[in-house]
Order: sequence, then structure tokens, then C-alpha cells
Amino acid sequence: MALAGLFLISFLVVHLSINLLLLFDDSRELFNIAAHFMGTNPVIQVFQIVLFGGIILHILLGIILQIQNWLARPTRYKVEGYSHTSFFSKFMIHTGAVILAFLVIHLFNFFFKAKFGELETVMIGNDSYEDMGILVIEKFKEFPYVIMYVVWLLFLGFHLDHAFHSALQSLGLNHSKYTPVAFGISRALAILIAGGFILIPVVIYITQ
Amino acid sequence: MNLTLKIWRQKNATSKGRFVTYKVNDISTSSSFLEMMDVLNESLVMKGEDPVAFDHDCREGICGACSMYINGHPHGPDKAVTTCQLHMRKFSDGETIVIEPWRARPFPVLKDLIVDRSAFDKIIQAGGYISVNTGGIPDANAIPIPKVKADLSMDAAACIGCGACVAACKNASAMLFVSAKVSQFALLPQGRIEAAERVQAMVAEMDKQGFGNCTNTGACEAECPKEISISNIARMNREFLSAKVCAPKVKEMNEGGG
Ligand code: HEM
Ligand code: SF4
Ligand code: FES
Repeated sequence: MALAGLFLISFLVVHLSINLLLLFDDSRELFNIAAHFMGTNPVIQVFQIVLFGGIILHILLGIILQIQNWLARPTRYKVEGYSHTSFFSKFMIHTGAVILAFLVIHLFNFFFKAKFGELETVMIGNDSYEDMGILVIEKFKEFPYVIMYVVWLLFLGFHLDHAFHSALQSLGLNHSKYTPVAFGISRALAILIAGGFILIPVVIYITQ
Repeated sequence: MNLTLKIWRQKNATSKGRFVTYKVNDISTSSSFLEMMDVLNESLVMKGEDPVAFDHDCREGICGACSMYINGHPHGPDKAVTTCQLHMRKFSDGETIVIEPWRARPFPVLKDLIVDRSAFDKIIQAGGYISVNTGGIPDANAIPIPKVKADLSMDAAACIGCGACVAACKNASAMLFVSAKVSQFALLPQGRIEAAERVQAMVAEMDKQGFGNCTNTGACEAECPKEISISNIARMNREFLSAKVCAPKVKEMNEGGG
């Protein structure tokens, strides 16, 4: 659970870095080259399978874990817990479910189109590349899509807020000096990853 | 002070329970929560009704018997106290107080507010001890132990097995309790000898009893009357993972010659 989750975080960081190229390079060349690399490089292809495995593992374990946890308290309290807890930790299955639902739409929007569909091509130097960039930009000219992505990414941020430090704790990696730092990193990852991804559709919508 | 109490009443383990509302008057703000319950019970007995059954023993915060889930908090709203040490001045005049038993599948209600906590005993029996031969008292300073470790071990050993951590946890997980028991031994040289075996056996028993899984929400730590830290849970996770990865199979360990 924790290892799969950490792997997913590392994937998000790479994914975000590549997407941000779209904002910094209007010609879309950098993004298209990076997308091409991610789509064809054999090592990345292997990692793609590992990634899908990781997602499925994380989701399955998450669901099993949650069901066991619900079963562990068959009768609920009349006055539900007022204990001081980490807020988003209570809603991991809910934020996870929202992420999953949108993930399916997201894959249909971009991944399957890139993998199996026909894309326009552009010339960069002497080589021809699929124009992934234009696919993204066309999508985010539509207001409903922008809203949908912003909502989705907010939920991703909520999930991530209780992710990094929780995974370290689950793996037994705690330390009086570094655990407070891990909490900070968790919050920072949540804000930077969700914020970074949100920036892309919003900026594209505003500037196009 | 005058109070309205909504208390879970349940005749026995098999019957269906329900909340019953009672009024108590002229409660001293200096009395403890259990003394307030005594006043209620005396009035019930006078009326010929069945008094509210609740667990209690030491009434000084060391036995862990007094399990009550009060207004959404195990052991009530005050921090780091047991129900028996909770003062009525923490409540206000005219307040309505909802009192429920611990709720967890491994803690079935026996009667009213009393739950069966023998699941904890089973976990202790699975490995919460060190195997020593009886004999003369060893010299206290024969084995040097760093002060930090001794202190951490004593902190973990402060756990009174009350079950508030399970009651507070949204997953009804017993990780704080088990990790305190694992840690108090794992931190000391005498306990290290059986550490790998112990953590695996206790975790296996905990799962068998049907407690939920820890998702690091931290409610247990916030409600624990002895302020046991969730760093103990991380220690147990660490002990557990390294035992699973590095230690020989439990069967081999038990069969070892000697
Ligand atoms: C890219 C997306 C995701 C990332 C980066 C991610 C990351 C994480 C991490 C690091 C944890 C903490 C693990 C631990 O403490 O052991 C976690 C917990 C959890 N995740 Fe995800 N997750 C993602 C998507 C999902 C999805 C789609 C679900 C769907 C059901 C889900 C369900 C859960 C649940 C139920 C938990 C709570 C378990 C726990 O706290 O240990 N996650 N996630
Ligand atoms: S860890 Fe704290 S709350 Fe849990 S049983 Fe021990 S003393 Fe009670
Ligand atoms: S009665 Fe012993 S701790 Fe409360």
C-alpha cells in the first residue's frame, strides 16, 4: 500500500514536470519531444506496466483495507468521533474513489488517444512527432473540462495531504528529527502537485 | 449541577440495546464522572430499577477498566485522563451527556457499558512477555541500558490496556496498544532476544481478533489517557517489516535446539 502509493507520487512528479513544459514553451516542441520519449522509450514502457500494476495494487489493497476497517466496527457511535485527527486521513477512500473515477475519464481523454488513436503530426527539426500538445490545448479550451480537472485535482491534493508522511509511518520510518519534516513535505507535495496540475488547464483556458 | 444523560442500555450480549435518558440533579463539580454515575445508580436502585452496569476498579487511573465513550470521546473530553479521573467541572450545568460503550467487533458489549476486552489478553498471551527462568534477582546494573531507551520503554509501558485507542480509531484498530506492548520490550536488551518472534505473533493475533488496520489518523494518540505516542506504531511497523524480511521463519525459530 505504502510502497505503491510512494511510487504513484514519484510518477506524479515526473508527469507534472513534463506537463509544465507546455506552459513554458509555446511552440509545444519540448512537450511533444518529452511525450514522444515517454511513449516510445523501452524502459519507460516497462515502467508503464509497473505503473498500472501499482495503481491496481494500491486500489485493491485500499479497498480491502477499508472493508476490513468498516467490518471492525459493526455498530457505529451515536456521537461520532470528535477526536483530534489528521482531517483528510478520514476520507482517503472517498478522495481515492473520486480520483479513480476521473482517472478513467482522463485515460480516455489523453492516454488511449495517444496510444491507439491517430494524432496530427508536427515537424521538429527533421523528424516528425505526434502533436500531443495540441490535443491537450484543444481539450482545455472547453470550460467544462477545465472545471472538471480543477475539481479532480483538488481531490488529488486532499488525498496527497495524508500520503507521503503516512506511507513513511506505515513503513516504520519515523524519527524525532525528521518526522515533522515529513509532515511538511506531505503538505508541500499536496499543494505543489495539485497546484501545478491545476495551473495547466487554467492557464491554457485563460491564454487561448 | 443538573445534567441530562443519554446512556446505552443493553440487557446482555445477545439483546438489542437502546439509549435511555436520565436526569441527575445536584451533582458536585468536584465529583468524578464515576461518582456521578454512582449517584445515578443509587437513584435507580431506590426506584427498583436495574442500575447501569459499567467497568471500574482502581478509580485512580491505573487499571484501565473504566471504559466509557462520552460525547464522542473515549474517557470524555479531558486530555490524558481516564473516566474515573474525569471531573464533573469539565461539563456545564444543564448539559446533555451521551455515554456509549466502546464500539469494536472484537469488544462485544456484555451489558450496558461493559464490553469484553479479552481480545487484548489474547494478544498479550501471543507474545507480550519475556521468557525468563525464575531464580535469584539479577544485579540491576549488570546490563547497561542507555537512558533514552529506558525512558522510551517506560513511556510505552505506561499503557494500561484500557482500549480507548481502539474506541477512538475510526478503523477500530488496536495498533497503539499492541505497539506499546511490543515497544516496551523491543527497546530493552532483555526484550530483544524474542523481539522478532514477538512482533509477528502479536500482530498475527491482533489481526485474528478482527481489529481494523491503522491508517495513521492519530485519533488514538489524541485520546490515550497515558499519552502513548504513535511513534510506537512506527517502531512496531519497523520491527514487523524487518522481522518478516530478515528473521528466519517462525517455525524454525521455535524448533531451534537448546
Ligand atoms: C495518483 C493517485 C494516488 C496516489 C499518489 C496515492 C497515494 C497514496 C499514499 C502515499 C497513501 C498512504 C499509504 C500508507 O500510509 O501506507 C495512500 C493511501 C490510501 N489510498 Fe491512495 N493514492 C492515489 C490514488 C488512490 C486511489 C485511486 C484510491 C482508490 C480507491 C486510493 C485509496 C487509498 C486509500 C483507501 C488509502 C488509505 C490507506 C492508508 O492510509 O494507509 N488511492 N494513497
Ligand atoms: S495505548 Fe493508551 S488508549 Fe490504548 S490501551 Fe494503552 S493506555 Fe489505553
Ligand atoms: S477505574 Fe482504574 S483506570 Fe479508571
